[in-house]
Amino acid sequence: MSDTVLESQPDLLVDHDSGTQGDLRTEEMLINMGPQHPSTHGVLRIVLRTDGEMVLEAIPHIGYLHRCAEKIGENVQPYQFIPYTDRMDYLAGMNNNQGFALAIERLAGIEVPARAQVIRVILAELNRIASHLVSLGTYGLDMGAFTAFLYCFREREMILDMFEAACGARLTYSAITVGGVHDDLPEGWIERCREFLDYFEPKINDYNNLLSFNQIFVKRTSRVGIISIDECLAYGATGPMLRGSGLRWDLRKTQPYDGYETYDFEVPIAYPAGVNGVPAGVVVGDCWSRYYVRVLEMTQSVRIIRQAMDRLPEGPTEAPKLKNIKLPDDEVYVEVENPRGQLGFYVRGDGSAIPARVKARGPSFCNLSITTKVCQDVLLADVPAIVGSIDVVMGEVDR
Amino acid sequence: MAPEDIFKLLATEFGDAVESTTFDGGHPHVTIKPASWPGVALFLLENAKLRLNLLRSITALDLLADDKLACVYDLMHVPTDDPETLITDTFEIAVRVVTDRNSPVIPSVAHVWAAADWHEREAFDLMGIHFSNHPDLRRILCTDDWVGHPLRKDYVFPLEYHGIPATTEFELTNPRH
Amino acid sequence: MTQFAFPWNPDVEKPQFAVATRAVILAVILAALAVACNWVTSSFLDGHPLGTLLVVFFIMGSCLSLVVAGIIKTWRGVGRMLFRFALVIFIGAVLSAGFGVWLVNMLFTWISVDLVANTANDPAVMSWFGASLTVGEMQSAIGWLPSWIVITLWPLQFPLIRDLTALGAIVGLFNIIPVYLIWWERKVAGRIQSRLGPMRVGGWHGWAQSFADGVKLILKEDLIPDDADSKLYRIAPYFAIIPSMLAFVGLPFGMTYVFRELDVALVFVLGMLGIEVLAVILAGWASNNKWSVYGAMREAVQMVSYEIPMGIALLIPVICVGSLSLQTIGDSQSGGWFSWLVFTNPFCFVAFICYYMASLASCKRAPFDLPEAESELVAGFVTEYSGFRWSLFFFAEYAAMFVVCALAVILFLGGWHSPLPAAWSVHVTDLLGDNVATRGIIGLLFNSPVWLFVKALFLLYVQIWLRWTLPRIRIDQVLYACIQVLLPLTMLLLLGVTLWTWAQTSDNAGWHLFSDIVNWVLGIGGFIFLLGFPAIAAFGFYHRRRMVGNLAVEALPAS
Repeated sequence: MSDTVLESQPDLLVDHDSGTQGDLRTEEMLINMGPQHPSTHGVLRIVLRTDGEMVLEAIPHIGYLHRCAEKIGENVQPYQFIPYTDRMDYLAGMNNNQGFALAIERLAGIEVPARAQVIRVILAELNRIASHLVSLGTYGLDMGAFTAFLYCFREREMILDMFEAACGARLTYSAITVGGVHDDLPEGWIERCREFLDYFEPKINDYNNLLSFNQIFVKRTSRVGIISIDECLAYGATGPMLRGSGLRWDLRKTQPYDGYETYDFEVPIAYPAGVNGVPAGVVVGDCWSRYYVRVLEMTQSVRIIRQAMDRLPEGPTEAPKLKNIKLPDDEVYVEVENPRGQLGFYVRGDGSAIPARVKARGPSFCNLSITTKVCQDVLLADVPAIVGSIDVVMGEVDR
Repeated sequence: MAPEDIFKLLATEFGDAVESTTFDGGHPHVTIKPASWPGVALFLLENAKLRLNLLRSITALDLLADDKLACVYDLMHVPTDDPETLITDTFEIAVRVVTDRNSPVIPSVAHVWAAADWHEREAFDLMGIHFSNHPDLRRILCTDDWVGHPLRKDYVFPLEYHGIPATTEFELTNPRH
Repeated sequence: MTQFAFPWNPDVEKPQFAVATRAVILAVILAALAVACNWVTSSFLDGHPLGTLLVVFFIMGSCLSLVVAGIIKTWRGVGRMLFRFALVIFIGAVLSAGFGVWLVNMLFTWISVDLVANTANDPAVMSWFGASLTVGEMQSAIGWLPSWIVITLWPLQFPLIRDLTALGAIVGLFNIIPVYLIWWERKVAGRIQSRLGPMRVGGWHGWAQSFADGVKLILKEDLIPDDADSKLYRIAPYFAIIPSMLAFVGLPFGMTYVFRELDVALVFVLGMLGIEVLAVILAGWASNNKWSVYGAMREAVQMVSYEIPMGIALLIPVICVGSLSLQTIGDSQSGGWFSWLVFTNPFCFVAFICYYMASLASCKRAPFDLPEAESELVAGFVTEYSGFRWSLFFFAEYAAMFVVCALAVILFLGGWHSPLPAAWSVHVTDLLGDNVATRGIIGLLFNSPVWLFVKALFLLYVQIWLRWTLPRIRIDQVLYACIQVLLPLTMLLLLGVTLWTWAQTSDNAGWHLFSDIVNWVLGIGGFIFLLGFPAIAAFGFYHRRRMVGNLAVEALPAS
């Protein structure tokens, strides 16, 4: 390793004190990671320029799942586009539906009934938990810990069962539509959700014991892939990545939608080692911080769901007269806080029922663009750690 | 800071660069001339009052009626002075850069916001807008040898790609059996 | 088109066999065969008692083949595919059993009639075969057994026959250990992950799952990548499996249960385990895949580094006992729990932990499973392998796992001895008298291979437990742990144990009191540590959480 590399990343000297130091530079090798690779979370392809175990450069290649959803959006009516939003971030379909529905509502000036808003919050926050559970579990897999994955999926399965009861689908829900929610919650659903939350909350401790505070896990993920707040903002990385870098920033607080301003919840951020039980060795902005922010967010989501269930008002679940909405000759850009970051929808109407332009700003797309910047002079085993902590969903990156 | 103030500030700083401003509607934006856009971008990022440090999205528009292409840049101010306390004061604006439809060129702002790199590649790929001074302007979502830019309104979808039928019409005109 | 029917599919109607009728017919046929064989042998072999051997083996062979055919036919998922072979297997088994017995019969006749009868004339022949007893002598020595059993036992005194028998046993053991370790690992992993693991194949808890996997793997196409180095690619799995099988040669399962008593058995076993790295490098290089090369290089780095602390840690009990023979080391720990080497001095105690960690690394087990780290290297050196060759690597790996655990047991944990002092067996003999049953009881209570297996399986269980609990560590941390932690530590331990052993030779009573106290403290500490396992299990069982009410699902094991 050359001196310049060591100077630019002084932590390599401290932490990676193995045999990779000194002038051991050998022949460089280009190696293709993906699109069929166990730890690229779908069809991400990263071309690595490696020198032995050191990765000098990582260039992501995307587009394997490209379906041009935006073109489809210009050819169908808004409520027909809702199912396509499910298929963007397929792990957080509810949140995607919500984002697009909000954009259309703001464009066409539709008022959402109070009951629908609360149901939206419940479904979106449950889906946030489900999405973070997948993130946690697969991140454990990337680190070689299999068991946490099964534990996370056991609980996620229960959430999916509840979604199935609420809207009939387990992955592509289309439950939140323009002007409200598609179906009211079935009878007994709230009690079932309460039971689930009572069961689920102590399980977070299990994940912490098994994975978060496991010494090997901490050693693998701390001081790896450190991203500062400014870098995050420059690359447009938002959501848990930005909070994992230590910025208390959440669209649900800054630009509340669907009544989030009335809920009492906190925005968790990453803390340096020793503060709030963070284990030694952790630096704000590293992979462990991003991982742990997701764990903390699950607790907050549970809080929000509890409050929402307590206040669930009676009333209609859909705004009246929603057939053939004519979109005005106007444009709107709306962002919501997805599990992965800020999901934005730009919708432009031209007076007809079909939008003139639909643009989706996927949080994974922007978060992934930081890969090349972070994966410089790291070990090969750190690449899955970094990509896993970014938590991309390729359906959303490629759209 | 309200959009009106920002647009006023821009008008005083870059008088002739601002083509028009739009306040009414759901998306207040200012239209900037392509040539002066990098300078304005740098000002938006570095001005102490503005510091629009989060480039949220670049939306390429096909204004077929006007024979123009446009890019909409959605910017946001994220205060980073005191990261530990909950941030509530923030503001956002949108900038529109309009270019010719036949030879669409907009200067790149990838050196201002790193996020613009991939967004501009996407706009280039899907809408065919060329960004001058972009460090690595390649197609990003479509394959490298894809013909045409799918999001243009006059785009005709190809019947086949390397012998793979892409539409049912291809199947009808080239029966395999 | 034939539709496959699976035995676990309840909708399938099983054809009604007249089982009883068939069994009667089969028995009649077998009896007729036996009479016929008896007649043939008595006519041709002049009434020689060995003739009955032919009959016995013939019937046994027939029955065995029928049972195998029955299993294959009953297990119809594969049976449809395999049944066409079943008849061939049956005929082949019958023929080969008959032919084999005939050969052995001829050999025995030649030895007993032509050679043994003339021992007085030619003692050289006698010593060449190594026999010391004639059939007559054996018959007079154990007269209470039927004469044909004595005759079948008689060849066992030849070293060649003994070796062949032992070889069969070792090959059988080598095959059965991985098969059941894999099944066990999947069961344990399932329970840990709140799943059930294999449940279908074979009926009870999927006991035949590994056999089914084996059949599947053998039937798979033997793929070799176009650009691979074909010869090396084909040969690499055998470099893995043969050394790990050879390691069993020097490994004693009891004082007398060993294939070859080697004076340097420890070095032999370690050497055999070390050859496996060659197979991995061959496989990685010959696959012509970059991920495979990464796996191979990681394996090379890891094995070469961890062999050193592993070897040094194993030298520590060797210094305590003063022998490289595994039997001597194992037998020196016959004095019960407190005489196990791991408790005799603190250096051995730490060396045991060091050895266990290093053995995890040398077996590529988690958290040291970097060579086949699937989240990083796809599958490491086995990326391109499939089918039978792939399974050979895993046979070798699981057999090596057993060997390292057995080695740990022999060297540190009392080998084949129970926690009770072997000297107490005298009391049992006094109580019950010296007969075969008493010897069996003593074996179970004090020393027998059962104890070695129990302890080795416990260590294996810990390996499995660790694998399904811990994440994988990084290559720099692997090397850090070896070079900067384990290596200096084991070297210090080596120095310390040398001084300790030297001090033990002194006559100073105070020193001996001190060493005894250390021994007791370590022994009691180890006992408490051992008690911790059931305590943890009980704690987890007591605090288990189950879903109730609307969310209740089928009770899952670890929920």
